[in-house]
Amino acid sequence: MADHNDNSSTNLKRRDALKLLATAAVAVPVLGMAGHAAAVTAKTKGAELIYRPTDPDMLKPVVPWSMTLTQAELDDLAVLADIIIPADAQSPSAASLGAQHFINEWVSAPYPQQKADLVLVRGGLLWLNGEAKKRFGKAFAQLSTAEQRQICDDICFEPKAAANLKHGARFFAKVRDLTATAFYTTEPGMADIGYIGNKPMASFDGPSDEVLRKLKLKS
Amino acid sequence: MSGASGQQEYDVIVVGSGAGGGMSALILSIAGLKVLMLEAGRHYDPVTETPMFNLPKEAPLRGASTPDKPFGFYDATIDGGWQVPGEPYTQASREPQQRFDWWRARMLGGRTNHWGRISLRNGEYDFKPYSRDGQGFDWPISYADLAPYYDKTEMLIGVYGDTGHGLENTPDSPEGILQPAPKPRAYELLAKKSCDELNIPVIPAHLAILSQRQDHTRLPAKLFPNSELGQKVVAGSMQSRAACFWATPCGRGCSIKANFQSTTVLIPPALATGNLTVITDAMVREVTLNKAGKADGVIYIDKNSRQEVKVKGRAVVVAASAAETARIFLNSRSPLFPDGIANSSGLVGKYLMDTVGAGVGGQIPALENLPPMNEDGSSGMHLYQPWWLYKQQKAGKLNFARGYHIEMSGGRGMPGAGAFGGLQSFTEGAYGAGFKQACRRYYGTFVHFDGRGEMIPNENSYAELDPTVVDQWGIPVLKFHWQWSEHEINQAAHMQKTFADIITGMGGKVTSNIETDGRKAIMNGGSIIHEVGGTIMGADRKKSVLNQYCQAWDVPNLFVADGAPFASNADKNPTLTIMALAWRTSDYIVEQFKQRNI
Repeated sequence: MADHNDNSSTNLKRRDALKLLATAAVAVPVLGMAGHAAAVTAKTKGAELIYRPTDPDMLKPVVPWSMTLTQAELDDLAVLADIIIPADAQSPSAASLGAQHFINEWVSAPYPQQKADLVLVRGGLLWLNGEAKKRFGKAFAQLSTAEQRQICDDICFEPKAAANLKHGARFFAKVRDLTATAFYTTEPGMADIGYIGNKPMASFDGPSDEVLRKLKLKS
Repeated sequence: MSGASGQQEYDVIVVGSGAGGGMSALILSIAGLKVLMLEAGRHYDPVTETPMFNLPKEAPLRGASTPDKPFGFYDATIDGGWQVPGEPYTQASREPQQRFDWWRARMLGGRTNHWGRISLRNGEYDFKPYSRDGQGFDWPISYADLAPYYDKTEMLIGVYGDTGHGLENTPDSPEGILQPAPKPRAYELLAKKSCDELNIPVIPAHLAILSQRQDHTRLPAKLFPNSELGQKVVAGSMQSRAACFWATPCGRGCSIKANFQSTTVLIPPALATGNLTVITDAMVREVTLNKAGKADGVIYIDKNSRQEVKVKGRAVVVAASAAETARIFLNSRSPLFPDGIANSSGLVGKYLMDTVGAGVGGQIPALENLPPMNEDGSSGMHLYQPWWLYKQQKAGKLNFARGYHIEMSGGRGMPGAGAFGGLQSFTEGAYGAGFKQACRRYYGTFVHFDGRGEMIPNENSYAELDPTVVDQWGIPVLKFHWQWSEHEINQAAHMQKTFADIITGMGGKVTSNIETDGRKAIMNGGSIIHEVGGTIMGADRKKSVLNQYCQAWDVPNLFVADGAPFASNADKNPTLTIMALAWRTSDYIVEQFKQRNI
């Protein structure tokens, strides 16, 4: 994932720094880098940037950690992601937009929340396949749509899940949340719900008369 | 100049580059004084560094909050957050209610780069709270003393809002000062309708965002009538700023300079005077004292060479952020001031305050299935609710002494990390086609109300030096003590009930727990990032650290220009007052130079 930036020398240096960071596993300054030109009458040499995870290049973001999940896990997550957000007339499916790769990026991150989610997702996938084999004698991905739904229906809402399935429900909720993040942060996902902002405009005109009437704020 | 120079003597050394440091540097350099600004973080330029239209999908974790970037990947904050690597602070207690969470931003411009831009004036009561209800302290100045500086600050930085409401303790700006208020969003209008029923006023918010370009032909002469240099540099700065184009979050910074950041609005014109030198990566440890008992400079650690550097100045203005300012004072020990410079009162570090914060969310069915509309707006509030129960409070009908205002959010914002994460309770766990339908239905229907209330200074909320811990620069760190009083706790409970009433009045469902015990609703000390106090100003040198010009009682050429001088912390967000006060202090410093008192 660190490869989607361009090949300027600065970024090659940055990539080297990131590799170092990823292996060092501690957030310490590791490498001096040519930085932003200082417009102030300050020292120039001293103003050189040192890469820190607290000071990433926000204009050319990179994911500075390596990916953890196996291909088999990614395949299973793709199946699950498409069950959660399938294609319809309005937009494509979550897996077709790479939701499984986003989940991999998420659970591979070196932060406490994501490390906990790695355990939840990996353990959940093994549990899911075990549950599938117990019920139907096959791995989850090999089940029919109806069989898959039968399991998902039992774990889609933790408050109503059976006591022995609550951990499965917690796993499903996590994958649903991550799939939703993956899908709705893409352009097709934004279009699906009608997000039309992030565009420069000459004026902000407020809600239309149609909206005001619907809200009974105007007759 | 080079960073290692110790020869040159500056007229004024300004420690910090945020709201207070930036304003001080501008006013002092326009007056012709030679100013050195020291910033503990790196150089930062919002024009070239701001990720304006960048999408969450381009960022790690779709821009989610992480310990490295607590407000999300694209937040302007660099090398900052609740923890700064290598720069710890400690807590006196393990109790959650007694924590102080300290947000720092080690970068040029400090916290002005990401702040919420809410710019409310303190009112008349807010300067004389003790006189009104017997709690806390009066300021040694009144609203009338600061009003001209509020006018000038608003004209200089550009603040939208409107005027003529005449609400109690909620000052209107004079005509011709504010920028036009943007039109309200749909959910804001719906909230207003509910608040109208509850007799809660709803008026245009004041935010430091240009809704139109500044009048660079008229304003500079009003701001600096006697300074050609001032008019020139400020006119140039105003010409370089564009009006808001109603897109991209202000918290990322603003490359078109439509919102206020010290790095776009104060430091560039200050540099244009030719009288300001900025040194970044300079972590100030202490203010030094000469034999006559006057400040003669500061010692900082150059973060790149890890060497200490002494610079000389005829006056020192500390604006490092309230707690950091207290830390520098406490670390500036000498035979004359064994407990820290200008600390004969023993009050340096005392009366630390934050803002009371508590919030409630709701889901509004009336907002479901509306046609697509762009609600980005200014990215901040267009409307807000100022405190409204002054009379009830005065009559003793409430169980807390001070007020809060309400900040609301909601609408059809850009989906980011966590989008639709809370939906399962509305859909009983829908997935598949049902989930997609639910996202379409519920998108843009969630609102949130946050109370921002006044905290009364108390004896149990303060910072002192930790005798056992230093940071990676060898500087002793702060240990925080914190205690809310019943006033804040009861206020937080009142917020909860009020917000539930507003949401219910909108025909909505409350989506969070309504706590009747304010202890469960109130956020940690420090977490609203309105840290003020620590070197409070007052009329009595035994009961305060600074006089009415934010001048140390004990050291006449030492000043404070951030939130540390605040003798109370009104519900109004502190940044505008920090800037107005810093301008007034700077005028006084210039006058002292003219009279050769410094």
